[in-house]
Amino acid sequence: MTVHKSLPHDSGPLHVTGAARYVDDIPVPAKCLHLAFGLSTVARGSVTSMDLGAVRAAPGVVAVLEASDLPFANDVSPSAHDEPLLSTGRVNYVGQPLFVVAATSHLAARKAVRAARITYAEEPPVLTVDEALAANSRFEDGPRIWTKGDVDAALAKASNRLSGRIEIGGQEHFYLEGQAALVLPQENGDMVVHSSTQHPTEIQHKVAEAIGKPMHAVRVETRRMGGGFGGKESQGNALACACAIVARATGRPAKMRYDRDDDMVITGKRHDFRIDYDVGFDETGRVSAVDFVQATRGGWAQDLTLPVADRAMLHSDNAYLLPAARITSHRLRTNTQSATAFRGFGGPQGVVGIERVMDHIAAHLGLDPVEVRRVNYYQPMAGATWEDGGSAPRPAASPRDISGTKAGRGLAFGAAHSPASHRPVANTTPYGMEVKDFVLHAMSARLLGSAGYAARREAVAAWNAANPVLKRGLGFSPVKFGISFTLTHLNQAGALVHVYQDGSIHLNHGGTEMGQGLFQKVAQVAAARFGLDTDAVRITATDTAKVPNTSATAASSGSDLNGMAVRVACDMIRDRMSVCLAEKFALRPEDVVFDAGEVRAGDHSMSFAEAAMACYQSRVSLSATGFYKTPDLSWDRIAGQGRPFFYFAHGCALTEVVVDTLTGENRILRADILHDAGASLNPALDIGQVEGAYVQGAGWLTTEELVWDDKGRLRTHAPSTYKIPACSDRPEVFNVALWDGENPEATIYRSKAVGEPPFMLGISAFLALSDACASCGSAYPDLQAPATAEAVLAAIGRARG
Amino acid sequence: MTKLIMTVNGKKVSRDVPDETLLSEFLRESLRLTGTHVGCDTTQCGACVVHVNGTAVKSCSVLAVSLNGESVTTIEGLADGGQLHPMQKAFNDNHGLQCGFCTPGMIMASVDLVAKAKAAGRKLSEDDIRHGLEGNICRCTGYHNIVKAVAQAASEM
Ligand code: FES
Ligand code: FES
Repeated sequence: MTVHKSLPHDSGPLHVTGAARYVDDIPVPAKCLHLAFGLSTVARGSVTSMDLGAVRAAPGVVAVLEASDLPFANDVSPSAHDEPLLSTGRVNYVGQPLFVVAATSHLAARKAVRAARITYAEEPPVLTVDEALAANSRFEDGPRIWTKGDVDAALAKASNRLSGRIEIGGQEHFYLEGQAALVLPQENGDMVVHSSTQHPTEIQHKVAEAIGKPMHAVRVETRRMGGGFGGKESQGNALACACAIVARATGRPAKMRYDRDDDMVITGKRHDFRIDYDVGFDETGRVSAVDFVQATRGGWAQDLTLPVADRAMLHSDNAYLLPAARITSHRLRTNTQSATAFRGFGGPQGVVGIERVMDHIAAHLGLDPVEVRRVNYYQPMAGATWEDGGSAPRPAASPRDISGTKAGRGLAFGAAHSPASHRPVANTTPYGMEVKDFVLHAMSARLLGSAGYAARREAVAAWNAANPVLKRGLGFSPVKFGISFTLTHLNQAGALVHVYQDGSIHLNHGGTEMGQGLFQKVAQVAAARFGLDTDAVRITATDTAKVPNTSATAASSGSDLNGMAVRVACDMIRDRMSVCLAEKFALRPEDVVFDAGEVRAGDHSMSFAEAAMACYQSRVSLSATGFYKTPDLSWDRIAGQGRPFFYFAHGCALTEVVVDTLTGENRILRADILHDAGASLNPALDIGQVEGAYVQGAGWLTTEELVWDDKGRLRTHAPSTYKIPACSDRPEVFNVALWDGENPEATIYRSKAVGEPPFMLGISAFLALSDACASCGSAYPDLQAPATAEAVLAAIGRARG
Repeated sequence: MTKLIMTVNGKKVSRDVPDETLLSEFLRESLRLTGTHVGCDTTQCGACVVHVNGTAVKSCSVLAVSLNGESVTTIEGLADGGQLHPMQKAFNDNHGLQCGFCTPGMIMASVDLVAKAKAAGRKLSEDDIRHGLEGNICRCTGYHNIVKAVAQAASEM
């Protein structure tokens, strides 16, 4: 079987030779135009005059368009129709596109833009959380509030109580390939669009509106992206629409790619959050109630802010059974870039909130933070025995060929920690979903055992006692992440599979490839259904003309949804072939077996190619579409009740850091990770996702700092000022293993989604820094994120009191 | 405009180019060698690394005409006929890539790193690799498999 194997990325050979094509590499027909936007330089106000005479006269300029020149819809919003492609006079952030230039070269377009003379009537911008709250500048009419139990009563009764606040910064995606689109005009006014997008259907939809045509007039193709991370879920709309409008107006191909500076200034980033907490707990650290107030800056347009803020609320429990909880969420409108999707989609921010609470409780009670987490965990999955650490319920579908190591059996938890004796409450989340697949007890025990936690805790204490300047810290964090789009109708996918008469297979599905290895995983599924090697399968570019009405490749759902749709399509063809061959040899269809490149029908054996030819000659259709929708979902986002997720994916990490207490500089010394990818479709690709996500998550909470000045200008708009983890920032010791349980839900080959969940493992690095700061004194260091050297120094100061 | 004569991947090329043309632009637009990627335009990310006379250079920040008469190797010229360079093979085999956008620059920088160490008679430590690749950003992999790949190739080169 080709599934559960560590095959390399399907495009590996193309990438290492430079032959893989991204949008900007596609050869363009003659006379292609290159586009650039003219951007607002003020954060809020209106345009009083816009003199573009010098722009039009600049060398190479062919066309200059303002909002009034747009023929149809002036909107690139994925949600609330509140995001004009070009400003109609109002200006809402520094970097908002005001006009677009089409010129004969990228450089000519960018130079011409700078010749514009624009005056504004400036207004004081709304930039901060406090300013937005004071001005009641928000999306929706008020905060969303979800409640479980009687929070106020439980807080009042609690024997211990703490409150605090954590600021959590945003994050620039820094996909290595910037946003890009290429539009080729066709006969009849139709358009072919090449876009670096996670959401080809959305591009198709917005381009169709922009050129006043039905969706059938627009075909969008995406072979690959040079990274997406959520930043290409909606942010590519503007480029594709601008190109299509120019192509329509001029009849010439049009291409646009943002220069890196423009990309960072124009496009949305991860939502930053401020989380206030008030928590009640007993002497063991067990939480009885928590009251969270989350406030996020959504930027100037709605984009995906509502579902992002919802997901932050949905993850404010993380791995912990909260008997009573209230979560209040303010979605604020500010004069900054419209914050957008980013790996985890609000989930990580919610998780940081409760992890801060656990950290604070442990510090307050003087308990081991790991113990405080364990007593608060959800109850383990039924069938798992507590005493042996809740072992995996069933053996995995034995992923072989695994390039990463499998961790051995870990330590058991003492029965004293058994929640059974303490927990009369149901094992439900604050939004009323029963947690049935929780495996973190056993995973934590195994990880802490293999990482030598107990001994290292003592070694760190001894180190800190002996060293006045360099302090070490350990941080442990678990993650439980809900899998499914919370907008239930998005949980669907389609696939198109052809078997040609020579036995080769053409595979297409609605998911997009951004490096995560989705195409390879899905090809492994297709090959497995026909008993072939992946060489037999050609994976083709995502194409709205082959599979329509697709959802964004997001929410980690790519292989879950598309893998299933592909399986359905393959099985349809295989069943037709079985019926045909069974008839031919007077057998039953179930006697026809597809295995090891062969098709066996009773005593007859033939190659797959021969079987395909035989079926073709018998006039059997060898093409099928497959469709899949996730079962059993129901969700009321206003009430905050239901089952928004099909299942949960889990992981846990232990990180050790060292901090220089004189400068605040710090380094990750070691990270140990155990992650739950179910019965992994491809362990090597999944481990790669875990490693990359951890480093990206740690970067978010440590070095990656976005700074806006008091005029609303982003001052960190290049990698020279915005610090992305480099090769030398990677942990010196980095042990990553996959958990060997399978998904109890019937997902594709019992695997689990893996794109986003491990991002949250980076939180352990933040907690380790907090631990190191705490060792400097007796007060709680109250570390804020990102924990830059400055933030660490400030926290050390607070710890010292 | 300057008449530029350069050896690119072993072949002599000659073109009239505007003086402000960047090497990355010349390779990508004039020669259609699109394996050299532009990730930041400002010498930060390393996606554009090529070799000039055997030394790694960020091609987004070099004027093409300044290299008149020089020899340039891009990712497309690294393989020996159909035979992948050990560094290329190691990146593929060790899963040292995801989206692949950083890969050509990463490979070119790594080849230079290993070659320089060899020439100096030094064995590359893991630490050398980690610091030697500081000028190349990868946003996807977390670098673990990249370091593994470079270490493996170093033992074969
Ligand atoms: S494009 Fe040259 S270093 Fe980034
Ligand atoms: S593989 Fe995507 S940036 Fe390195």
